Amino acid sequence: MSAPNKSYDPVEVEALKPEEIERMREEALAAFAAADSLDALQEAKVAHTGGASPLALANREIGALPPHAKAAAGKLVGQARGAVNKALAARQGELEAERDQRVLVEEAVDVTLPYDRVPAGARHPLTTLSERIEDVFVAMGYEVAEGPQVEAEWFNFDALNIGPDHPARGEQDTFFVEGPEGGTESGVVLRTHTSPVQIRSLLSRELPVYVICPGVVYRTDELDATHTPVFRQVELLAVDEGLTMADLKGTMDHMVQALFGEGMKTRLRPNFFPFTEPSAEMDMVCYVCRGESVGNPDRPCRTCSSEGWIELGGCGMVNPKVLTACGVDPQKYSGFAFGFGIERMLMFRHNVEDMRDMVEGDVRFTRPFGMEI
Amino acid sequence: MRVPLSWLREYVDLPATETGRDVQAKLISAGLEVESVEHLGADIKGPLVVGQVLTIEELEGFKKPIRFCTVDVGQANGTGEPQEIVCGARNFAVGDKVVVVLPGATLPGGFSISARKTYGKTSHGMICSGDELGMGDDGSHGIIVLPPETVVGKDAIELLELVDEVLDIAVTANRGDCLSIRGVAREAAIAYGLPLRDPALLDVPGPNAFGYPVQVSDPFGCDRFTARTVTGLSPEARSPLWLQRRLQKVGMRPISLAVDVTNYVMMELGQPLHAYDRTLVQGTIGVRRAEEGERIKTLDGVERKLHAEDLVITDERGPIGLAGVMGGANTEIADHVEGEGTTDVVIEAAHFDAVSIARTARRHKLSSEASRRFERGVDPQAASAAAQRTVDLLVLLAGGTAEAGVTEVVAPSAPHTISIPADHPDKVAGVSYGRETVVRRLQEVGCDVYGQDELVVTVPSWRPDLRDINDLAEEVIRLEGYENLPSTLPRPPAGRGLTHRQRLHRRVGRVLAGAGYVEAPNYPFVSEQVFDQLGLEADDPARRVVRLTNPLNDEEPALRTSLLPGLLGALRRNDGRGTHDLALFETGLVFLPRSEQRVAAVLPVDRRPTDAEIAELDAALPEQPRRVAVVLAGAREQAGWWGRGRPADWADAVEAGRLVAREAGAELVVRGGQYGPWHPGRCAEFVVGDTVVGHAGELHPRVVKAFGLPARTCAMELDLDVLEAAGDDTPQAPNISTFPVATQDVALVVDKFVPHAEVEAALREGAGELLEGIRLFDVYENEEQLGDGRKSLAYALRFRAGDRTLTVDEASAARDAAVALAGERTGAVLRA
Repeated sequence: MSAPNKSYDPVEVEALKPEEIERMREEALAAFAAADSLDALQEAKVAHTGGASPLALANREIGALPPHAKAAAGKLVGQARGAVNKALAARQGELEAERDQRVLVEEAVDVTLPYDRVPAGARHPLTTLSERIEDVFVAMGYEVAEGPQVEAEWFNFDALNIGPDHPARGEQDTFFVEGPEGGTESGVVLRTHTSPVQIRSLLSRELPVYVICPGVVYRTDELDATHTPVFRQVELLAVDEGLTMADLKGTMDHMVQALFGEGMKTRLRPNFFPFTEPSAEMDMVCYVCRGESVGNPDRPCRTCSSEGWIELGGCGMVNPKVLTACGVDPQKYSGFAFGFGIERMLMFRHNVEDMRDMVEGDVRFTRPFGMEI
Repeated sequence: MRVPLSWLREYVDLPATETGRDVQAKLISAGLEVESVEHLGADIKGPLVVGQVLTIEELEGFKKPIRFCTVDVGQANGTGEPQEIVCGARNFAVGDKVVVVLPGATLPGGFSISARKTYGKTSHGMICSGDELGMGDDGSHGIIVLPPETVVGKDAIELLELVDEVLDIAVTANRGDCLSIRGVAREAAIAYGLPLRDPALLDVPGPNAFGYPVQVSDPFGCDRFTARTVTGLSPEARSPLWLQRRLQKVGMRPISLAVDVTNYVMMELGQPLHAYDRTLVQGTIGVRRAEEGERIKTLDGVERKLHAEDLVITDERGPIGLAGVMGGANTEIADHVEGEGTTDVVIEAAHFDAVSIARTARRHKLSSEASRRFERGVDPQAASAAAQRTVDLLVLLAGGTAEAGVTEVVAPSAPHTISIPADHPDKVAGVSYGRETVVRRLQEVGCDVYGQDELVVTVPSWRPDLRDINDLAEEVIRLEGYENLPSTLPRPPAGRGLTHRQRLHRRVGRVLAGAGYVEAPNYPFVSEQVFDQLGLEADDPARRVVRLTNPLNDEEPALRTSLLPGLLGALRRNDGRGTHDLALFETGLVFLPRSEQRVAAVLPVDRRPTDAEIAELDAALPEQPRRVAVVLAGAREQAGWWGRGRPADWADAVEAGRLVAREAGAELVVRGGQYGPWHPGRCAEFVVGDTVVGHAGELHPRVVKAFGLPARTCAMELDLDVLEAAGDDTPQAPNISTFPVATQDVALVVDKFVPHAEVEAALREGAGELLEGIRLFDVYENEEQLGDGRKSLAYALRFRAGDRTLTVDEASAARDAAVALAGERTGAVLRA
């Protein structure tokens, strides 16, 4: 920067003539308007606002003016520079907006592209359905009880009023465990139901007992479309003072409503099980047709074969002999129990047509069920 | 039990309009499981008539012998002319009465009959076999030859009772009484509120001294034995059509008159009977336990070695029958077609102990119609009536003479009575039935009832299953209708929710599924060869297995001691079905025999077992820890538009173990290990405390080959129970400092086989408490730069203090201390 001009030139400075200033301003504005890119604008900016630009040079000349002329010239140049800077900023804004718009368009991607880099896993629907059922009862105050799968015959049969000569004992299709040194007698079986867990619960818990017993059980059925030798059950046991069959029915009604929706209900049909007396088979209203397919050939229901009801499992009032074997006074306490197979429920709840699909571990079967059902 | 509706109606006057479906619904509601109603002859349409064969012309020149017959069908064909029929059967002769179906008729299965040309003749109808009429196979496949007295031209649909409905009832183990038409009729009568004509209500002569001699030496095993004798039976006598038809409808094959009659009476009254050829029985009939070593050949032709607990029927020679199960071959009724037929029979109607029969049947693997009934309970009071009914039928149908002698050996017994509060059924059901209803319902099932608030109930002889007050309550409640029970909810005490263990099991499933694993639960059955395939050492404890005595598959008699065989099977199955990128998991029990094996005792059931007794039972069970396992093959990360994929490798398997341990809140140490199934250089050993809890890594190539797996399959297996026990359920919140972080990177060169874990542990310890975090961000090997057998490990160390901004010097000093300790412990040097 040059030193301030202390002397002054009495002659009028050419560059500070108003028409010259106006020309510089017009040229700058025209250059900015003509700049079609930020780079071009940058060039114009240097040319018209930089240190070597006409207006900067003109500004420098003000010092050479006589004192009386300085104010007018300063005002003139200042106004021109202000207008030029304003135009520059405006054009800068315009060009940046234009650029931004173009770049965002250029950066656009195909958001429909897949990103299955690590395909999703899933839990088995038998596991999650069992948990779902457990949760219904846990919400009511029940606790989940578990026990061994290789079980003493006493727990699996005798304590449940299925003595050694009871006809039902032979009907259970039991897997027997080899005894010591390869002998046939071990007193141990693969549990044929989760009922031994009920016995263990009664023996180990304080009364009253309200438990739900899910688990894997075993029967000597060959695997086919409707049977599997290894399957899962959920059983329930409630032992308290004054429990009735009406309580049993109410509890089952609640369960099917929680699992299948409002308006669902169950019905009981008399049956026989050694560990309950009275005993019943329980059915639930077909949750698909709600019974409307019965006698209505135009609207057949595959789920219930147009029967209107779906067989769910067995239930009843705990046989007083079972309570006695567990040291519970049947004069004071009564109880109810029910149990059913998870496989069957999964089949009709989710339209599984072949039991084998549930046991073969094919990921194509399991994946759609996700984390919970 | 198959129950023809026509037979049922003989004892209960069911409304004529009631269909089989109606009766089914009523009986189901009363507690009989009527599984189906078979509508016999539903699609039969006449004319189906009795004909008499007039002529038979044998047609020659065909592959099989063919007969061209003329048959007199009376006016049934509208003309009275003989009907010309071609027939391929040969079991009839001129003059025989046969069943003829005429053109225009329809046989079962929608088989329409019309005149048609065959074997060069026109056949105007067909001579029918039992099969063709839906009567059941009589074994001969021949046509039906009717008794000579049958009237020609008569409608055969009615004659043969071809149209009927049959209820098929799955009788539960407690209702032996319903293994008879009599028992089902009683239930139907109650269900309809109609009277029952009890077929067991017969005039029976009292016992006398002239009957066939019987000696019961075991009155506990046999508390009743009735013997009757019928002589002069005509060996040619055949079972009449109506009797044959009823047997066919209940699912039995007519055999010979005497046998058919005993079967018929058994079906009617539920009392198993046996007929001995009197001439073959020598001396007194006895009932006793078998002697060890005795043998008998039963009617099924099997020679059986008897057990000292088997109850047998004997004569002077020894056993002639397995009591209540099956008769012996040496006193078998001879079939009339074999020439010298039986003319004199001794009829046995006895009552045997249910348990004894059940054991014998099980011991000899011999379940018969008789044993099924005795096991489930037979009405002891029906024995003499059943014997009488048999005698009557033999006299009527075979021209026999009933001998006057009647033998009855009866062990004295009192009827069973139960004392029950009149409101007990109300309490069980949660319904107010009231005393009157309770008494009425109990009387309906045949009980005698006395008393007011406390009822004394004598149960009928045909309901031995009614033992306790709840049995009686059930009778009342089922007859009042289970469908009428109200629906109420009990109020359980507040629960504690899932246990720590249960929540962990769910979490483990979720975290693995979240990491891309699919759950695949497997059967626990394995072969013992699988341990060779897994490459286990000969003395590996995992080779000790729990075995089944009756496995489904003889190749797989053992229970798993590892989840891997099942899971690898599932992996292979998926791979074989075209899914190659696989990550599977399973959580489940394995079964480990205890070192000392013992037999689990049978404890009493009339009291609570003691804690010591329970502990002893539990000690007889194998240990059953819960495990978690994963297997991986193919790509762990897919290739795609984002770039290349990444194959699953040992590190994924190890990380799965870390994931699980993190959920359990357990401190899992990972170190290099060597164990059977795994690649010896790529096997991680998991340690919690001092316990090895599992392994992970790439499988040994030999194992991959033995199981037929994709190359470089990886696996992890871990004991969840130990992790759960070691886990910390309540993690503590760290202090979060808001002062700036100071980051220092170090690259350390160590010997190639120095594990990162050791270097990191030394760095952590050396860095002291200013260290906030450490992360390995690069592993580098380059012989030229680092030297042979060396590697470089690059770590980012983050330092931070809780109370001040660290100076560069402080952070550097901590880093230097870390490097120094790593150097001391592992020989690590800073990379130049």
